[in-house]
Amino acid sequence: MKKSPVSMTINGQPVEELVEPRTLLIHFLREQLNLTGAHIGCETSHCGACTIDLDGKSVKSCTIFTLQAEGAHIRTIEGMAAADGTLHALQEAFREKHGLQCGYCTPGMILRAWRLLQENPDPTDAEIRFGIAGNLCRCTGYQNIVAAIKHAAILMAGAQQKEAAE
Amino acid sequence: MNIMNTAHVRHGSNIGQNLTRREGALKVTGAARYAADHHPAGMLYAVLAVSAVARGRVTALDVAAAKAHPGVVDVMTPQNAPKLAHHPDEKTNPFAFRLDILQDAQVRYANQPIAVVIGESLEAATEGAVLLAPAYQAEDVVVRFEDGEHFVPAAVGVGAPAEEGHGDVEAGLRNAAQRVDVTYDTPAHYHNALEPHAIVAEWQGERLIIDTPSQGMAIAQGRLAGLFGIAPEDIYIRSPYLGGGFGGKGLIAGPQVLGIMAAKLVGKPVKLVMRREQLYGPIGHRGVTRQHMRLGADTEGGLTAIDHHILTATSRFDDFFEPSAGVTHTLYATPALLTRYEGMRFDTGTPLFVRAPGEASGSVALEGAIDELAEACGMDPLAFRLKNYAETEPLTGKPFTSKALRACYAQGAARFGWAKRPLAARMMTDAQGLLTGWGVGTATFPAHMFQASARAEIRSDGSGVVEIGAHDMGQGAWTALAQIAADGLSLDMDKLTFRIGTSDLPDAGIAGGSAHTATAGSAIHNATGAAIAALADIAMRDETSPLFGAGNAGVVSRDGHLYRRDDESRGESYATILSRAGLDSVEGRGEGAADQAVTENYAGHAHGAVFAEVKVDPELGQVRVTRLVGAFAAGRVINPRMVESQYLGGMIWGVSFALHEEAIMDRRTGRPVNGNLADYHVPVNADIPSVEAILIDEQDSLINALGIKGVGEIGITGTAGAIVNAIWHATGIRVRSMPVTLDKLLF
Repeated sequence: MKKSPVSMTINGQPVEELVEPRTLLIHFLREQLNLTGAHIGCETSHCGACTIDLDGKSVKSCTIFTLQAEGAHIRTIEGMAAADGTLHALQEAFREKHGLQCGYCTPGMILRAWRLLQENPDPTDAEIRFGIAGNLCRCTGYQNIVAAIKHAAILMAGAQQKEAAE
Repeated sequence: MNIMNTAHVRHGSNIGQNLTRREGALKVTGAARYAADHHPAGMLYAVLAVSAVARGRVTALDVAAAKAHPGVVDVMTPQNAPKLAHHPDEKTNPFAFRLDILQDAQVRYANQPIAVVIGESLEAATEGAVLLAPAYQAEDVVVRFEDGEHFVPAAVGVGAPAEEGHGDVEAGLRNAAQRVDVTYDTPAHYHNALEPHAIVAEWQGERLIIDTPSQGMAIAQGRLAGLFGIAPEDIYIRSPYLGGGFGGKGLIAGPQVLGIMAAKLVGKPVKLVMRREQLYGPIGHRGVTRQHMRLGADTEGGLTAIDHHILTATSRFDDFFEPSAGVTHTLYATPALLTRYEGMRFDTGTPLFVRAPGEASGSVALEGAIDELAEACGMDPLAFRLKNYAETEPLTGKPFTSKALRACYAQGAARFGWAKRPLAARMMTDAQGLLTGWGVGTATFPAHMFQASARAEIRSDGSGVVEIGAHDMGQGAWTALAQIAADGLSLDMDKLTFRIGTSDLPDAGIAGGSAHTATAGSAIHNATGAAIAALADIAMRDETSPLFGAGNAGVVSRDGHLYRRDDESRGESYATILSRAGLDSVEGRGEGAADQAVTENYAGHAHGAVFAEVKVDPELGQVRVTRLVGAFAAGRVINPRMVESQYLGGMIWGVSFALHEEAIMDRRTGRPVNGNLADYHVPVNADIPSVEAILIDEQDSLINALGIKGVGEIGITGTAGAIVNAIWHATGIRVRSMPVTLDKLLF
């Protein structure tokens, strides 16, 4: 099938590739770019394992064609840690608060939590629970996921205050 | 070598510590590679075509159309599928369940694979599978208890008797002051691990390399070796991370074998990933049950009899009967006990192990019926359970290796505030006018052990290596087993190289039955003990060692050193001992298995008590669990953080059992009606309120050397019953058909 050119920015890097129009964004990320951190759980946008951030929104990358992301700014789990490998506050919080078991949902969960905290830096428990209701964890580590996001919110607020002070 | 005189000191630096997950950083960065993340050079994509009918034959496949699609490399059908060394229906051992891997055109259940399309891209192969446009000759199906004949199965579960008990149940019921006679229905459940079954298979001549999630690599090796007529050693499985297992990855499933066959057919590496909807068929499920409970109690509330009759369905072509009676055998003291089964054959895939197979479904019926009997006796349901507390295992009369259930009841009840519970139903409403109810359920799960081997090594630089082909499906084997290994070698974790997750390591047995930490942990304990003993033997025979001649007094290991037990000022480091002996390393091997003398004479079970609060909308019947407190006793806790997570996750599976999960099969076509994550409901975060797990201290010196029981499955048991009982307490309605959806509560 004929391929079309597509360009976007992923984790700050410009990407120019040829893709078939029928290629879903998650398959493009995983199979063509080898960004395998986002996972596939259902391909019907119910589980959230494939969640990425696209132009300021949490997007389930299994239900969007790659060509629809033309010109988009995308962030995936591979773009969360600093260049020197320092974990993002959310990654640190998920690790420290045991917000993961099998880890399969974790990249999508972290990307969703990141957008949630951009929109609402100090969410209540209930806001977190509803805010991540589109991301399934079948190990059902929900208690610790909420604890991790709350912890990250504190870390991120602290980092922001420090930045402002400097 | 004098092992007896070499003590194995656990100094507590590792076991019992709340360590974070060792592979956590890999998982939060997306760097942990699951099976489907692999992409060897030259890899092709394989896509399953699955049956749209549940019984019959495939009469036509448009292979030409599929092959004509650009990018399609080949189509595998029964005509060209690689020949197998034996028929996949051959029952070569009790764990060899029949597979559908293109042996013929017959269809035995919906979503059975009927062809595999291999393409240069996933998209091409997917389109090719659609173009096959299969035609079928369909036959009538049976997927309901009402539609077929019942029979008494020869065995249930894997080889358990279909009828067990003692005493005169009919007399016990006849003479009872209070009786209940009720039927509980539980539906089929699918594992729905978030990671679908996936395989990347590559043949290197006669050698097979596969990345696939597995809870039992050695069993998979054996099964594949038999099917392909090669040696198990020539099969190399990598399974370092599973995206959840829940029993669904215990045995290699047909689609995984098809990925291997596809790779053989095209002579290239192949990736095959199942789609979510394809999982509702060929990988097993929790069998549907209808459980008839007859219980009697005397005027004091003491049980006089329990009769637990289970009707359950297997597939038309293989036998696995959901063994729901296990909890009834072990939980409540009764002078007369009878458990018996009837089976049916449905046109579905064969049911198999789903987290707490048997215990989960049996528990909800038993806990519900016990609650109903407590109500009939006018007793508090917790007091009723304590009244019928089993001091010995009810079925066998054996003493328990340990049983801290009373402490679970007491601490759970205290934390929950159970004492304030009104006895009658429908007595509590909250500020919003929601009916509020409190319920309790007893949790229990057997402390199984399988067979495992491990290898330990102490190196001349003072470091250690422990290797075991263990599986981490999320429960924390990378961490908890490493803690046991580090303590076994008396080393800090950072001095330990710990390897699991590949099939070239010693067989760790299956990660199932909540037995992995106990079994693999025991093997590690013995292997590390043997390595220490071998090292001590070298030192004690060396005249220049401060440990020379310590034979009778013995030596102890601590922090990378051996010391004389009778004079701990005399000792030396592992590195010194090995360097002087001119050795690079010393090795120990060990096995893990149940102590037969213990299993013959004692009953080993973990226990717990779960307390639930629900709120029910009186007009809409909508139920929410608002509070859950579980208290569990399961022997020694290796890592409280991991154990707590297992309890919480298990309890949430219990919420799911009570309120959400149900696979609905269309009675006309036999197809799953809700085979996707939109319609097959599992809890999301917003469904889950406060959940708390209390870890009750329990020392068990009999169950195994480490005192470990299992924690992976017990959380489901007790919980679903507690919720159903709380719904009664809120509403006055006993719902006996799972899940409790709002239509069943319209009052």
